[in-house]
Amino acid sequence: MVRYAFYPGCSLDVSAVAYDESVKAVCAKLGVDLVPIADWNCCGATEYWGHDALIAQALIARNLARIDPELEQVTAPCAACYLNLAKVDRMMREVPAAAERVNRALAAGGLHYEPGRVRVRHLIDVLYEDVGRERLTEASTGSLDGLRVAPYYGCQVVRPFCDNDDSEQPVRMDEVLTWLGAEVVEYPVKSQCCGGHMSQISENEAFELIRRLLDCAHRSGAEVIACMCPMCQLNLDAYQGRVNHHFGTGYHLPVLFFTQVVGVALGIEHDVLGIGREIVPAREALRAHGATVVAAAEGGRDVP
Amino acid sequence: MSRRVGVYVCHCGSNIAGTIDCEAVARAVGERVADVAVSRDYKFMCSSLGQSMIQEDIEKEKLDRVVVAACSPHLHEKTFRRACSNAGLNPYLMQMVNVREHISWVTKDQVEATRKATAMVTGAVERVKRQEALEPQYVPVNPATLVVGGGIAGLQTAIEIAEFGHPVYVVEREPSIGGHMAQFDKTFPTLDCSACILTPRMSEAGQHDCIHLLTWSELESVSGSVGNFKVRVRKKARYVNSEICTGCGVCEEKCPIKVVDDVFEAGLGIRKAIYMPFPQAVPKMPVIDTAHCIWFVRGKCRACEIFCPTKAIAFDQKDEIVELEVGNIVLATGYDLFDCRRLPQYGYGRLDNVFTSLEFERMCNAAGPTGGRIVLRDRETEPRSVAVIHCVGSRDKRTNEYCSATCCMAALKFGHLVRERIGAEVYSFYIDIRTFSKDYDEFYQRVMDEGVHFVRGRVAEVTDVPRSPAEEGKLVVQCEDTLLGVQRRIPVDMVILMGALEPRADARDLALEAGISCSMNGWFTERHPKLDPVATMTDGVFLAGACQGPKDIPSSVAQGAAAAARILGMITRGRVEIEPVVATIDEERCSGCRICNALCPFHAIEFDEARHVSHVQASLCKGCGTCVAACPAQVIRGAHFMNEQIFAEIEGLLADAWSDVSEPVAAFAAGGVDD
Ligand SMILES: Cc1cc2nc3c(=O)[nH]c(=O)nc-3n(C[C@H](O)[C@H](O)[C@H](O)COP(=O)(O)OP(=O)(O)OC[C@H]3O[C@@H](n4cnc5c(N)ncnc54)[C@H](O)[C@@H]3O)c2cc1C
Ligand code: SF4
Ligand code: SF4
Repeated sequence: MVRYAFYPGCSLDVSAVAYDESVKAVCAKLGVDLVPIADWNCCGATEYWGHDALIAQALIARNLARIDPELEQVTAPCAACYLNLAKVDRMMREVPAAAERVNRALAAGGLHYEPGRVRVRHLIDVLYEDVGRERLTEASTGSLDGLRVAPYYGCQVVRPFCDNDDSEQPVRMDEVLTWLGAEVVEYPVKSQCCGGHMSQISENEAFELIRRLLDCAHRSGAEVIACMCPMCQLNLDAYQGRVNHHFGTGYHLPVLFFTQVVGVALGIEHDVLGIGREIVPAREALRAHGATVVAAAEGGRDVP
Repeated sequence: MSRRVGVYVCHCGSNIAGTIDCEAVARAVGERVADVAVSRDYKFMCSSLGQSMIQEDIEKEKLDRVVVAACSPHLHEKTFRRACSNAGLNPYLMQMVNVREHISWVTKDQVEATRKATAMVTGAVERVKRQEALEPQYVPVNPATLVVGGGIAGLQTAIEIAEFGHPVYVVEREPSIGGHMAQFDKTFPTLDCSACILTPRMSEAGQHDCIHLLTWSELESVSGSVGNFKVRVRKKARYVNSEICTGCGVCEEKCPIKVVDDVFEAGLGIRKAIYMPFPQAVPKMPVIDTAHCIWFVRGKCRACEIFCPTKAIAFDQKDEIVELEVGNIVLATGYDLFDCRRLPQYGYGRLDNVFTSLEFERMCNAAGPTGGRIVLRDRETEPRSVAVIHCVGSRDKRTNEYCSATCCMAALKFGHLVRERIGAEVYSFYIDIRTFSKDYDEFYQRVMDEGVHFVRGRVAEVTDVPRSPAEEGKLVVQCEDTLLGVQRRIPVDMVILMGALEPRADARDLALEAGISCSMNGWFTERHPKLDPVATMTDGVFLAGACQGPKDIPSSVAQGAAAAARILGMITRGRVEIEPVVATIDEERCSGCRICNALCPFHAIEFDEARHVSHVQASLCKGCGTCVAACPAQVIRGAHFMNEQIFAEIEGLLADAWSDVSEPVAAFAAGGVDD
């Protein structure tokens, strides 16, 4: 089995703990061996690029350079982290002058990154391609039991780089969840923007973007939204109440990380997957499908 | 062996001289290479002055070999060969060096370019000194012609050749000839009825004494070469006896099985398991689709057989292989429409009221599934607003980078038809409007005057997810209007996607069989993009219509006619000259091992049983050299590619490098580079 360098990123460390917990639990269960990058640092998210490009690139490249030389692939669950790693690797491959600049900066810390040395992959691709349909179907315990899920990809996993999927109407998460027994609903807005940090800068704009995503999931009959990005999860979950207040709507849609849904399908206990950390609780929807039958979960946070 | 070689280095204006120092090349070769009697450079060797310079030198300087360093031999080998023969020199004693495509157009460094040119010219001088005079060969041209594809382009070729009394075989894959044009209602820019101008051509082809239609048939294999091709065609079983079927259509009426017709009706309509694609089909005779016919699937039914008044149904028919001998082949296989599902953001296949351009053509057609009514998928509601999206799968790095050339005009045609027939609002979303041909821009003006709204910008998406009450129940087209500089969302009832024209899915296979090549995009490659868009690099194989690249009906017809003219010329001449650069077997020394027989990719080697030796048929041999290399007795000679000639050329090429290396090496050997 291939071993993957693992870049958790700050969100998973602090705010999206449920993502971190569920990624680790799911990967352990599926035998996907994740090796955290030692002494990793923040990828700078989207902000640093606007401030100073060289610093932004070097921050990211430092993580690439610190990857164990034995490992040839790195995976990051956070959409922004994934995109940053992929972007810098690609830029260094395509623009030798930039690669040289970045490496000169890294050299100050005694580091060097050979462009293209590691393959940067999002976790969904690892599940879709490497674990694959057969093993996922086999591992499924059937506990999703037709849970209606709206697959929400957001912007960064599928754009601008999207070598394996469609960047406008991607299908990989749809397929993985379907293999695992979920009923994936039609969700045409699946790759539209959640507003990102707009929720802190210009609330009204963000509310409208979030409303569209919630509205579409609601109309298509979804019971939960599955997402791939800490920012998306935060916006849709934490701002749901304020959006309802602002528009006079009454959406009640739990927003989970896709790995949490995968974990439920694999029969992993809910508290191990961080279920219950979300603000709009997912328990009810999961229970409606008998998904809480997992015995050990009863002892965890899941007990009402 | 002392020769008198003339060397001519062409400047090609600045094409070559801009990078290569032609004068230096001519001087270096003249001074350094043995046997070079004259070495000159000149602005345009292909001009009449350039040619007469060669002729005069041959006469005055008694040249017996000539090297011309200029462009590709594809362009001017004939020119310079002719110049040599005019002066009495065997044309095969002239060698061209391509210093333009191979050097000046692909090299930046002038010193490197000049060195490479000098080396290549030196190689050519060394080879040409050893070349032998060859005599051109002639083969008779079989006056029969094969046309693959019975669309408008292929029919034009067939009819024009047949008019002169020569036989033409038209191989058409579908049950009827007609191609895409048979699907249309009106044709731009004149809006004349497509059937009215096409069906007379179809029936003319169907009834012509000299035209043999092989419909529901496919090309299996091609062998031979210009003048004398042998072709095998698979006539797929129709399960209908063509001798007695009258085309009455009773079988079709009685057949209980309905199938969505993805070909002729573009998925919008249905047909039966036994069907004629459309009423004016030629030949007027159905075929049975065995994938859906209950008899073939479950061994029941035979309703068609029971009701057929002439007992024409023949369930036991088998595919038939027909062997044809023809002198020339025309490929006229047209295009496939882009699969609009490949751009899921436009919703085709997911959103009911998104249609492809071909579906809309069928919808407008009075003989089509809706009887010519423009309606939504429910077959009832007339749309009150229609969006037409241009460039779907064209001009897009993710799909096809080229412009499909016909879709802007077809989009304008659709705008006109919608305005005229139902008065709905039409929004045409374009990147650039391409209306380049005669009367086309006038048509654009007319459609603008008719009130079609034009929005400039590539559409981002078509969605049924509303953002406001006004968008409820509508298809919303989201687009940046690049003229206004704003994002627009326009709610409409119907969307038409102007899909790209793409090469046929099997175009590469056909190209391989016919021995021609395809462009990067998959279109058949013509001999020259400007000067010979009709022929191909394979003599005797011609192109007509959209299989060579996206084009409209007038251009397809023009190209079809041009192919016919070329072929008629060859038939009239009666014979074609073929390259004498072929392999010959020294029959005295041939052991009769037959190793070469099976190796020849062109099946040019036959075995003479009586004399127990192999023999190369010059008319089939392409001079590839496979047999030459394989013969264990080394008794096959490849003209112009003898060992001696090839080694001499290599030595010539390396002469410069050799001297660079050998000098220090020699010095080292002499112990001179210690310090
Ligand atoms: C929506 C739309 C509207 C259009 N409207 C107009 C218009 O109004 N005016 C206009 O000038 N142009 C129009 N065009 C362009 C027009 O369709 C083409 O110019 C024309 O059809 C080209 O003719 P063709 O004979 O080259 O190819 P086709 O029409 O594609 O015919 C090729 C034929 O070859 C057959 N074939 C293919 N492969 C094989 C094979 N391997 N063996 C045997 N047979 C084979 C096919 O079955 C077909 O019968 C339109 C195009 C589109 C997409
Ligand atoms: S036998 Fe086949 S083609 Fe004939 S009527 Fe029955 S289903 Fe139709
Ligand atoms: S003809 Fe018009 S619609 Fe078609 S690809 Fe070209 S620009 Fe686009």
